[in-house]
Formats: sequence, structure tokens, C-alpha cells
Amino acid sequence: MARPKLAVWKFSSCDGCQLTILDCEDELLEIAGALDIAQFLEATSEVKDGPYDISLVEGSITTAHDMERIKAIRAQSKVLISIGACATAGGIQALRNFADVEDFTRAVYAHPEYISTLAQSTAIADHVQVDFELRGCPVSKHQLLELITATLAGRKPHVPRASQCMECKRAGAVCVMVSQGTACLGPVTQAGCGNLCPSHRRGCYGCFGPKETPNAVALSARLAAQGATPPQLRALYRSFNAGAADFATESRRHD
Amino acid sequence: MTERVIEVNELARVEGEGALYVRLNGRQVERVEFKIHEPPRFFEALLRGRDAMEVPDITSRICGICPIAYIMSSSQAVEDATGVAVTPDIHALRRMLYCGEWIQSHVLHAAMLHAPDFLNLHDAIAIAQVNPDLVKKALRLKKAGNMLMEVIGGRAVHPVNTRVGGFYKAPSRQAIAAMIPELDWGAQAAREVALAFAGFTFPQDETDYIFVSLIHDTLYPICEGRIGSNRGLDIPASGFNDHFVEEHVARSNALQGRMRDGSPYLVGPLARYANNYHLLSEAARQTARDCGLGEVERNPYKSILVRMVEVQYAFEEAARLARAYQEPSPAFIEIPHRAGVGHACTEAPRGICYHRYEVDAQRRVVMAQIVPPTSQNQPQIEADLARVVAANLDMDDAALQWRCEQTIRNYDPCISCATHFLKLTVERV
Repeated sequence: MARPKLAVWKFSSCDGCQLTILDCEDELLEIAGALDIAQFLEATSEVKDGPYDISLVEGSITTAHDMERIKAIRAQSKVLISIGACATAGGIQALRNFADVEDFTRAVYAHPEYISTLAQSTAIADHVQVDFELRGCPVSKHQLLELITATLAGRKPHVPRASQCMECKRAGAVCVMVSQGTACLGPVTQAGCGNLCPSHRRGCYGCFGPKETPNAVALSARLAAQGATPPQLRALYRSFNAGAADFATESRRHD
Repeated sequence: MTERVIEVNELARVEGEGALYVRLNGRQVERVEFKIHEPPRFFEALLRGRDAMEVPDITSRICGICPIAYIMSSSQAVEDATGVAVTPDIHALRRMLYCGEWIQSHVLHAAMLHAPDFLNLHDAIAIAQVNPDLVKKALRLKKAGNMLMEVIGGRAVHPVNTRVGGFYKAPSRQAIAAMIPELDWGAQAAREVALAFAGFTFPQDETDYIFVSLIHDTLYPICEGRIGSNRGLDIPASGFNDHFVEEHVARSNALQGRMRDGSPYLVGPLARYANNYHLLSEAARQTARDCGLGEVERNPYKSILVRMVEVQYAFEEAARLARAYQEPSPAFIEIPHRAGVGHACTEAPRGICYHRYEVDAQRRVVMAQIVPPTSQNQPQIEADLARVVAANLDMDDAALQWRCEQTIRNYDPCISCATHFLKLTVERV
């Protein structure tokens, strides 16, 4: 049987999620054995035409050209999976969605007229149908391997939608909000990173985006009672997943 | 008269989206453009108004391959702006972490992205079919670099444990000591890979580069020292804008760096090595000699060997720092709310990464300037391409295109950083 064809695509991003594939050092040669890597520009100069069985898409849509490109990729892909905060929520570059992009262009470039960009940075799912979204800034290597394995087996990947708090409790990590009074997005953020920040005595800063049905209003009230100011609350929700609806709405309440 | 165009629209085995366009009129090279298409992400603009403490977490997202470079340059620049000096223990831990980034980034580039060029193969998977042991060794080396990033930084891509002023939590002495055997193995294995790569056939090419890097009295510079060159430049980071300029050209979403007099210059392993050869360990210098490298190397294709020499050095240096490790206490220095302007420059794997921040009395960012290495190398990459094309006019288009792409990859260009990378068009008019 022919091996399934894998394509990896990049849009506006830092390359960190694609790099996570190459960071699977122990599994990389096995992955390359199980899949026909047909398109992965960061890793190979061999490019095979579509259609593709699985497309992994990194990055957000920020140009008119990329709006067209993602449609062409969707048309050639049986399964399309977006990986990482840029692809699932617009990434850190979605901070422009809360500002005037022309001001941004003038702040960075001497000749703003050379720059062509959209006013908003948006998720892949805002443009085409997406079969699965893998969260994270960056994605977790373990979840990525589970996703590839599940997709090859034709089953649903086991990626919990519960909160970061659940992950901390299971690991027996000390709550930084209770013990240190540190602001933490854990109660409203999806688990998956391996409770990295609380185990380093810092608050979660939301790399994995909002959990299912988050109660951000209640969290903000608690943080305000601990002394957080409206600008601090706004900044907390407005980072790598600023464009995710639940975080965007909550950040706007503190404008 | 024959016209010839060579065009590559999407360059492979580089980090980001870029392209190349070469136009020849007979034997005359008319145009050489290295274009960066990576869509702009406006980091300097989106940092304005943020608490300066957030800057390293945000700027790390400029590049998933070299987040430490952004974290360290921005942390040190904010410390400079607010008048804070970190302790020697904190600095030593930063240097050990940065060694991890050099290792994983250099091995990724040298073994997986650049080596295929010398073997006429498309990727490292194809190398694994003919030489599985070499690729497995390279993967283990890369993993050892990521081990440093994970043990000290908490995560290989976008570490979480770093902050302005130091670290959230100092790793335990046991956790650091447990890495030593693998670091010792890495130093030896890096030498073996360097010697294996030294057997490649290297295209003949040399030019008298202006090499710009950090320089230092006692340490091969990573995140300390002044900015210097092989033309006698010796300035603090705060003097960067007096000697270098960034231009915005139509074909690129990245700004291009030049010396004030307009000359292109080179940053990265070749420059660090040429300016600081005497500061490498004796073992790393021995590997360099055994690979046939001079004390100054002007053949850009041999940058792959210099990278592996630096990997060996980074393993030795990380092991030395691990043996001497004292848990920094406190793990970080508090950053005051104080207005100021700060500068810092550190050595990203691809070359110097300069940051400047203006901070107000509420510690908010008023102005940010970030100059990544690939922006600085762009004019030199175009100069190299023009020279290489002119010297190889008799190659057919396919061979010339391969050579051009290889020339660009000599720089390990990070287009995500410079905004991102590549299309090659060679037009023979």
C-alpha cells in the first residue's frame, strides 16, 4: 500500500511549530518511514504535487495572496490540520486586530507603500474548513505525535480540552495563584503544555488558548481583587492567542 | 545576445519564505535579488505600550529556531534601560542556555539543511538512507541541545523559565549535573561530524569580507562583549546605530543592514570565528585545523565546518559551566519602574542580534528597535550571489540554480527573523 502523502505548509509564523516536527529526534526517521513527505520546504527541497492525504498548516493569514493560497491547499488536501497559535487564533501578529495596521506599518517601515498586508491576522479556520486544530505556542511534541498517529490510524486524536488547572492538579503542582498570589491564566487556558509555567513558579500565560467554555469574567474579577489593573488584565489576555474569541472578548472588557 | 533568467520562487531548507531572481545579459550579471516574502508581523509596533517585562516572551515569537537570541538581547536591553546588572551566576546560566540554542540550531542547519547540498540530495532523510549512523548522531546532538533548552529554559521552542533580570526558577544542581555525560559525549561527536563534513567537496570561492561580530577579552562571545570587526571596529552595543544603518527596499519585507558607508558586511559563524579564533578551546581549534580551516576562513561554503567547530565548543563550554554551576540565588533581580534607553547585542546562531528599547517611568515600552542577523546579511548574500553567478556562467541553469541556493544556505538565513524567505529566479537575458 502506498504511504499516505504528508504536506507541511507555512503561513505567517515563527517556524517553531514546524520545528517541533523536526524536534521529534527519536521518531523522525520512523515518521519519514510511515509517511511520504511530499512537501515540507523547511526540511526538504524535494517537492511532489498533490493531492495530499494530510496537510499540516502553520501560520496565520495576513495577505490577500495567502487567502488564495490556503484555498488551493484545502482543495488538494484530504485532511487539513492547523497547528499552533498562529494557525488556530492568528498568533501574536493578531495584536494588529486591536490597532490600526497602517500605524504599525509606519512604525516599522520607511516606505509603507512597499508593504502589502491585511488589516487583520486570522486563523486558518476563518478561511477554509479545518479538520482539526492543534493548539499551542508552540504545539506540544507529544500532542503532535499523538495527532499524526491517530490520523494515520483513522481515529480521533486524544487531545483534552480541559483547563490547565486540571493538568496542575493531576501533576500535584502547587497552585501559584493560591500560594504566591501570581496572576495565572490556568483556569481559562486549555491544558497540553505539561503545566510548564506553574512548575517554574510563574503564572500560565495562555500559550494553548482558551479552554472549552472558559469563565474569564470570574477569573478577571479574582485577579482584580488581588490587585491587577485593567491594563494588566487586558495585556494578560492579549498575547499569542489574542485573536481567539474568548480571549479577545475578555480583553476588550478591559479597554 | 542570449538572455538568461534563473528564478526560484520558494526556497527550500531555509527558515521562512524567500525567493531569488538572477538576470543575465550574455555574460553580464544584470540583476541579483534575494527577496524576502515573509509577511510582516510588526513586532516593533506591537511592543509599544507593553510592560517591558513582557518583551522577551513576545520577541521570542519572532523565531522558533532562535528564541533565546531574542529573549537574551531583549532582556539585557531592558536591564540596561532600567539600570539593572544581573549576578555572575545568572549570567553563567544564561550562557549555558544559549549554548543549547547554538547546538540545536547549528546541528539542524549543518546536518539537516545544508549537508544535503554537498551530497546532491534533497534532505537529511535521503542522507539517512546512505549513512544512517551520521544522521542518527546528528539527531542525538540536536536533541542534546534541546535538552539544555528544556532543563534550563523549560521548553525547547519558546522557553518559559527566562525573564528580564534572570530566571523564574533556578534549575537544581542535580538536574544540571545529570546533563554532563551527554554534554561530554556531544563535544566528541560534534568533532566526528565536523571531520565527516570536511570530506565534502567545497566550491572554490573566497572574498575579503567585513566580518562583524561580538568580541571579548576572555570568552568566545555568546551573550557578552562589544561589537567588533576585522577592520578595527570596537564599539559598545549602544554605538550600533552610529555605525550601521537599515534600509527599506521594495523587493523585501525585511530591512537590509549596511555599514554607514554603504558596504555590506557579514555576521554569523565565519565572522565570530575570524574575530575570536584565539578564544576557542584548544580542542575546538584542533578540530578546525584537522578540518583544514585557517584561523580566518573566507570560503563561505566552509561555514558548515565552522558551525560544527562552534557546536563542539558549545558542548565543551556548557559542560564547563555545568561543572561549575551554582544555583543563582536569587534566581532573578527585580526590575524597577524607571525610565531609560537600553541597548544589547548577543550572538544568535546566525550572527549578532541588536535590540534597543526606550522605556517610560511606568516601565512601558515607548520605542523598540530589533535588528536580526539575516537582515544584516541580506546585502552580503546578494553580493555573494553576484560573484558566484559571474564565476559559474558556464553551468547549465539547473546546476547554477543549485549553486545559488547553496550559496544562500551558507548563511543559514532565518527569514522568519528577517521577517522570513525564498524564491529563485535566474533570468538569462
